[in-house]
Amino acid sequence: MSTAAIDYTQEVPLIEGRPRASEIDATIAAPLDEFPKRGWWIAFAVTASMLAFGGYCAFETVWQGLGLWGINIPVAWGFDMTSLVFWIGIGHAGTLISAILFLLRQHWRTGIARFAEAMTIFAVICAGMFPILHLGRPWLPLYLTPYPNQHGVWINFMSPLVWDVFAVSTYFTVSLVFWYVGLIPDLATLRDRTTSKLKKIIYSIFSLGWRHSNRHWHHYERAYLILAGFATPLVLSVHTIVSFDFAVSVLPGWHSTIFPPYFVAGAIFSGFAMVQNALIFVRQSFNLKHIITLNHLEKMNQIIIVTGSMVGYSYLMEFFISWYSGSEFERFVFINRALGPYAWAFWVMVSCNVLFPQLFWIKKIRRSVPIMFVIGVLVNVGMWMERFVIIVTSLQRDFLPSSWGMYYPTIYDIGILMGSFGLFFTLILIFVRVLPVVSIVDTKAVMEGGQPKHH
Amino acid sequence: MNDGPLYSVTALFDTPDAIIRAAEEVSTGGYTKYDVNTPFPVHGMDKAMKLRQSRLGIFTFFFGLLGTVSIVGFMTWVTVTDYPLVIGGKPFWTWPAFVPIAFEITVLLAAVLTAITMIVLYFRFPNVSHPLHDTPYMKKVSSDRFGISIQASDPKFDEAAVRELLRSLGGKEIAAIYFDAEDLSHRQELFDPKFLGVLALTAVVVSGATYFSFNTLLDMQPFSWMSEQNKLKAQMPSDFSKDGIGMRPPVEGTVARGFLPYPFNGKPEEAGKDLVNPLLPTPAVLARGKAKFLTFCSPCHGNFARGDSRLQGQFPSPPTLHSDKVRNRPDGSIYNVITEGQNVMPSYASQILPEDRWAIILYIRALQRAQNAKESDLK
Repeated sequence: MSTAAIDYTQEVPLIEGRPRASEIDATIAAPLDEFPKRGWWIAFAVTASMLAFGGYCAFETVWQGLGLWGINIPVAWGFDMTSLVFWIGIGHAGTLISAILFLLRQHWRTGIARFAEAMTIFAVICAGMFPILHLGRPWLPLYLTPYPNQHGVWINFMSPLVWDVFAVSTYFTVSLVFWYVGLIPDLATLRDRTTSKLKKIIYSIFSLGWRHSNRHWHHYERAYLILAGFATPLVLSVHTIVSFDFAVSVLPGWHSTIFPPYFVAGAIFSGFAMVQNALIFVRQSFNLKHIITLNHLEKMNQIIIVTGSMVGYSYLMEFFISWYSGSEFERFVFINRALGPYAWAFWVMVSCNVLFPQLFWIKKIRRSVPIMFVIGVLVNVGMWMERFVIIVTSLQRDFLPSSWGMYYPTIYDIGILMGSFGLFFTLILIFVRVLPVVSIVDTKAVMEGGQPKHH
Repeated sequence: MNDGPLYSVTALFDTPDAIIRAAEEVSTGGYTKYDVNTPFPVHGMDKAMKLRQSRLGIFTFFFGLLGTVSIVGFMTWVTVTDYPLVIGGKPFWTWPAFVPIAFEITVLLAAVLTAITMIVLYFRFPNVSHPLHDTPYMKKVSSDRFGISIQASDPKFDEAAVRELLRSLGGKEIAAIYFDAEDLSHRQELFDPKFLGVLALTAVVVSGATYFSFNTLLDMQPFSWMSEQNKLKAQMPSDFSKDGIGMRPPVEGTVARGFLPYPFNGKPEEAGKDLVNPLLPTPAVLARGKAKFLTFCSPCHGNFARGDSRLQGQFPSPPTLHSDKVRNRPDGSIYNVITEGQNVMPSYASQILPEDRWAIILYIRALQRAQNAKESDLK
């Protein structure tokens, strides 16, 4: 068959090289059985030092007070909220891959779902850290929950900030449950193949006694479907509600109905870029190239173009609406955004989010690992800048010109941001060493010869 | 290990097609207590095993309903009944604002409780002492083989017949699996010393940590509500000044506002001569004088200055202020008595402001005049 006559109705095999089921076990469990090599330790040393520096900055912030940060009036939200929205966005790819692609029967998700779900959980942990530090007294977030108290006071259920607390905590809990339910059969497989006594005890506890019974699989598959069905609207709701923090206010540049879909698209965009980046390392270092294939990465790049174009459309629409609204304050904010003191940030954002991802229209670039890695990094730089631009440019030009100001981050702002990256990658480095990065069960279920022929 | 009664007879198969056929044969053969163990869910197995559709979704529906109803009810109760607060001029019951939280709580309860129901109610997990655990059979179905296990508790069970059936289906490594006698006889004793020890340790740790948190930790930095601050408090020592005292004394010769030095110390005659009452007997001044008199003077001199307080008889009797001696005293002389004291009466300079002393004197004059009213006063 010549290349011109490829049969496109024939699906590309999801796993290359036709491994046997026991080989899949061995390949995926290999990183858990061997002692980490030098490369891992170097990476761990880098991320752990970033985490330590961030931890020091966070400690100083709590001990000395929020005055160490660059936030002030009029820019009362700076790196903290920017990074909160950024990290929540990163988390969205995981649930999208595990829930939405599951409901759409996209079997290629099996190679990347477990890792992306883990990333979701770690990203939400990073995100949650920022508002809690921003409280100044991070041991008092109990006040955000409706609990009966002596003052007879309840929280304001009309406040988007309260919605946010409910949305993010629900998202975290449901993601964790979803992830853990998916892990139970894999942990049972690990339990049965390990030779270490300690590991066996740990895996036995966490696999709860799973027996791969079909009387269980029967309910398990139903539960997985139900959880995916709930996680799908949940993932769309979380960034919608995060965008309400801005859209429900009356500030020009924030007060906009396009925010919910725009934020959700941006979240998936940045999340996929992050998953793609991290998976490039994982498949390289753990010899998983036949399980996390180039086809997986290409499909992710296709989603990056789709969502990137949605984000680009939103940028255009925001400018159009600000002109069309006839409100001189809206117009001023957008002119200030593109040409004002933060114009550099705006143009970094536009080029990283709208221009570079368009290179993925070219198949060669879409399948070139180094180029896609660079574009993935740029997308995340751009998406962080997007939140920075939205937050800071709207705040720095207040309604009263007398209170106009600029935002200058301090070393503590930068340190905590760095620390959040340190935390994220440290958790990932630990994760790839203690749990299977690819779902063993799902991989076996989609391997060739894994399902009966006559069904 | 594995020395109890027979649990089941197991067989292993190599392909998903073979296990589907085996499951079909076993279920049509009338066996009900059997299980198929496969490393991943095999399509069509539900049909082969004749399993009913999972009813887990019914639970999920009710959990979700519980979430919606309880959170909407709760928010309604809070905003309408318990804590009605006008926010942005909107009605108390603004249901559109409840949608996000209602949605989140619905998803939370539905998802989490469904997972718990499945694991605890359907699977009876956690359970790590099942006879199938740690058998060669389990290790193989965990990895790449497909197994079937027919239990001895099945009414149709007959070991030889089951072995024959499995062999005829192409099953390999047919084996019998036995209960663990120790597991079967295992009882959880309430008064097991190990259990009691863990219980006592938990109690000590939890109460100790609670005590420490509330009594010590909350008073420590940084939890101490900013009570520790980088500033100098009154009465505290300081290295900043040479004398080591934090609070600075006023510059020598400083006079506080309203506290001019009193020049007539020990000179009552001169005071009577030189001091003049600066106030006029207006109703406001008299009212103030009365208030101060009742506070500071009446305990000894009596409410009407007759010297008839309850100290009489227990103390050198306080004098009446209606005597001729007092009536004829100039205002300045009385002022001096209040300021410096006289006989057993101490100085009131630190308690009564100069202005108030003059007001008290005017009030005393009014009392004296009331006790000795002339005809003309009545007109």
